[in-house]
Amino acid sequence: MGRFHRHADGTAHEHDGSHIDDTDHDAGDHSGYALTGTSRVAVLEDIFSENDRVAAENRALFAAAGVRTVNLMSSPGAGKTSLLTHTLARLAGRLRIGILEGDIATSIDADRLEGYGAAVALVNTAAGFGGECHLDAVMVQSGLSRLPLAELDLLIIENVGNLVCPAEFNVGEHAKAMVYAVTEGEEKPLKYPVMFRAVDTVVVNKVDLLPYLDFDLELFLANLHDVNPRATVIQASARTGAGVEEWCRWLVGRNT
Amino acid sequence: MHELSLCEAIAATVVKHAGDRTAAGVVVRIGHLRQVVPDALAFCWTMLTEGTSLEGCALEIEQVPVVVHCGGCGEESSLDLPLMICPACEGDDVTLLSGEEFQVASLDLSEV
Repeated sequence: MGRFHRHADGTAHEHDGSHIDDTDHDAGDHSGYALTGTSRVAVLEDIFSENDRVAAENRALFAAAGVRTVNLMSSPGAGKTSLLTHTLARLAGRLRIGILEGDIATSIDADRLEGYGAAVALVNTAAGFGGECHLDAVMVQSGLSRLPLAELDLLIIENVGNLVCPAEFNVGEHAKAMVYAVTEGEEKPLKYPVMFRAVDTVVVNKVDLLPYLDFDLELFLANLHDVNPRATVIQASARTGAGVEEWCRWLVGRNT
Repeated sequence: MHELSLCEAIAATVVKHAGDRTAAGVVVRIGHLRQVVPDALAFCWTMLTEGTSLEGCALEIEQVPVVVHCGGCGEESSLDLPLMICPACEGDDVTLLSGEEFQVASLDLSEV
């Protein structure tokens, strides 16, 4: 596989380690190729090791409290919060639910979730590893202190709306799910394969709009299958409530 | 993705392992399934290390291909696209063997 690196003059390129054809440029800045006076030391440490260490701590907290935790992700506007208001309306009284609400700014979504009998904690992601576009394990841990974890059966982490970064960070959850809206186009699994591959379940939301769209559901499902053959698919509408019961069954019933 | 904060994490790892020795270079291994842009990472690394003890420490990015094993036909193949389909038999019973790496692999440290 190619090795990408940058020269002192700012040019960058890829090649294998051999340098056999290396006549057209200065080889002086090639790290790792037997520099004199240095020795190569193996490290093999994951770049996310600090995040993963805190994620393991979170996982232990969930286990100690006996709470199942689901990390819910999507692009902005796919319908996570609307799905959650339906979810809370259906499950309130039967389960004690906590929501950890991640947003770059504002308490709008957290406010929408008030009044359903769930414990809601807001994490505005202005600080922490990686900045503002996702929740990482450290940010989740900071939010957990504001939830009565021991009293909960189910914790839903509503991640920041973003199809790229949240997929890279484990926060200690038991399962990952995403909400995808049919208004987003059939090609999204191919464009954001890391996200679509990271999740156990995809809620295909806004299906009540299908009669009014050119959206090809079969093509979307084929694209999803290509990047994640094992994903559970739930067709739903957070507007009409269709599919919410199936979603709730997955939410509480699945053992991972 | 987060090339600048990734560089911060890489720098912290380098400093931790280098101790008193000067790090002339660091090799990171990044799987093709990771959402990292090598050029952006190299740019951020130069920016982040300037004026620090790591200035001049060369970042080398070793890209790791996506390799899958097919439970259907038993073939091992590398993938050009992130589609979990066996290129040999087109089956979907594939297991990922590599492609999700995200590691500081090694350091080039000055002789003491």
